[in-house]
Amino acid sequence: MSAPESIVEAATDEAVRRRENSAVLRIGEDDGERLEAEAGTSDTGMIMNMGPQHPSTHGVLRLMLEMEGETVMRSKPVIGYLHTGMEKTAETLTYLQGPTNVTRMDYASPLFSELAFSMATEALLGLEIPPRAVWIRMLMCELNRISSHLLFQATNGMDIGAVSMMLYGWREREEALRLLETITGLRMNHNYIRPGGVAADLPDGWRDDVLTLIDTLPARLNEFDTLLTGQPIYRERLQGVGVINTAECLALGVTGPILRSTGYVWDLRRDMPYLAYDQVDFDVVVGTYGDCFDRYAIRLNEIRESIRILAQVLDQMPSGDYRVQDKKVTPPPRARIDESMEALIHHFKIFTEGFKVPAGEVYAAVESPRGELGCYMVSDGSAVPYRMHIRGPSFVNLQTLPHLMRGGMVADAVAIISSVDPIMGEVDR
Amino acid sequence: MSDSVLHVPREQLIETVSGLRDEGYVSALDVTAVDYLEHPGRDDLPPEVVSERFELVVTLISHAAPGRIRLRVQVPDEDPTVPTLFDLFPGTEALEREVADMFGIVFEDHPDPTRILMPPDWEGHPLRKDFAVGRIPVQFKATR
Repeated sequence: MSAPESIVEAATDEAVRRRENSAVLRIGEDDGERLEAEAGTSDTGMIMNMGPQHPSTHGVLRLMLEMEGETVMRSKPVIGYLHTGMEKTAETLTYLQGPTNVTRMDYASPLFSELAFSMATEALLGLEIPPRAVWIRMLMCELNRISSHLLFQATNGMDIGAVSMMLYGWREREEALRLLETITGLRMNHNYIRPGGVAADLPDGWRDDVLTLIDTLPARLNEFDTLLTGQPIYRERLQGVGVINTAECLALGVTGPILRSTGYVWDLRRDMPYLAYDQVDFDVVVGTYGDCFDRYAIRLNEIRESIRILAQVLDQMPSGDYRVQDKKVTPPPRARIDESMEALIHHFKIFTEGFKVPAGEVYAAVESPRGELGCYMVSDGSAVPYRMHIRGPSFVNLQTLPHLMRGGMVADAVAIISSVDPIMGEVDR
Repeated sequence: MSDSVLHVPREQLIETVSGLRDEGYVSALDVTAVDYLEHPGRDDLPPEVVSERFELVVTLISHAAPGRIRLRVQVPDEDPTVPTLFDLFPGTEALEREVADMFGIVFEDHPDPTRILMPPDWEGHPLRKDFAVGRIPVQFKATR
């Protein structure tokens, strides 16, 4: 771990660098005159817009790049193209409807947003969820981490020019998504993890399905290694590109694989355990150089660690309830509704009025595939959150782009955006 | 796992955060705000803190002794300004821009005080409680 002094120093340096206009391009996104004036200051310089419609910007990220020939000087990410006011929407949805909203933020790893939302609600309610629900949540999150990192492998390969990687990554991801679909009913946007537990118990045969996946995946990951890890062209494109160090990461609030790529061991699952992560055995994968290649390798190896966790979850999955038996939060079983008027009323009230949550404020965080995903929630004692804020890791991590791209080639910019792995749904919310 | 909460007057925000950074709170995770316009009778504040319309919420994290600390800063409606934390934690840049965009809270001396999520010519601050939902005409320039 770095000493606090070096962090203070790095933070000050970074702030000065950004203030003095040497890394970040400080031009309004619609300021055409300034753009022309800035671009006209040198003979070889120009300002180039990359995106928002560009296949390698992962959705609708726009970058303003100040170019000096082929070299990127200053840059500025321009975001907001996908902003739909989800935090405002959350103020009109009950706590039971909330997960349907947050699950659409990070669409590559939706279960993590649902988990953070549910954990915040449960903290306000003071609910302890049953052990089976905890382990189902872990199972689902690790499956989702695998599918999210496989998506990264696919798009990263495509961005670099390894188009066949796109197909392999997508094929493997589809296997993971099929499993998620078997369990939750949906490939994405599951609305499966809800305050009080999960939406449904695991279906028959889930154990075999998970086993099949964790048996086939390792061999496929070795194929990735053969295809990419040792390949000279691929390494040439990634090694030493987009370098950042630990202190700079901390100063910029960066979490997740980008922070770990600098050799700094920080994973919420290990360091501030939630769910039952303190009862499973896994390694936190770290890099050495903080470059694009380390970030690729970390994500590849985190899939292997997730497979290890899944194997332990299979062994230790307890029996019992998949949601808390608290009548205030949990709707009655479907069969009861046919025979009991009270159950029908109970069901109706929970799904129309929702349940009241005691006033208070809380912050709950989980380690998503992209970093610390936090949910800050304020309740005024009614059935809808007074304020719900999601701290999206992609949103904060995106600030590293000007730092990582400075002085690199424009072709490296593509590799760097890919290695930051931003999901624009979460950035813009 | 509950985080520690600290109520800080906004005049002391900078020195508090800087002190906490020296104590080992190595990273600023989150900066957000809450508009307490429709929630006047709240009782979770200690008696010496005067409730104001806005509350700025800053979350810091310590890694050496794992834990988070949440700073809650009261910001009055008449003068919604706060000093920027940019010089202590440059990573708060985008988060502060978002708060400014959504709540109209001005961060003094912020390097890039422009809108981040809404279009540059948008009027109003969407996450304020008095910003009506669904009744706003399309505000893009081209349609005017």
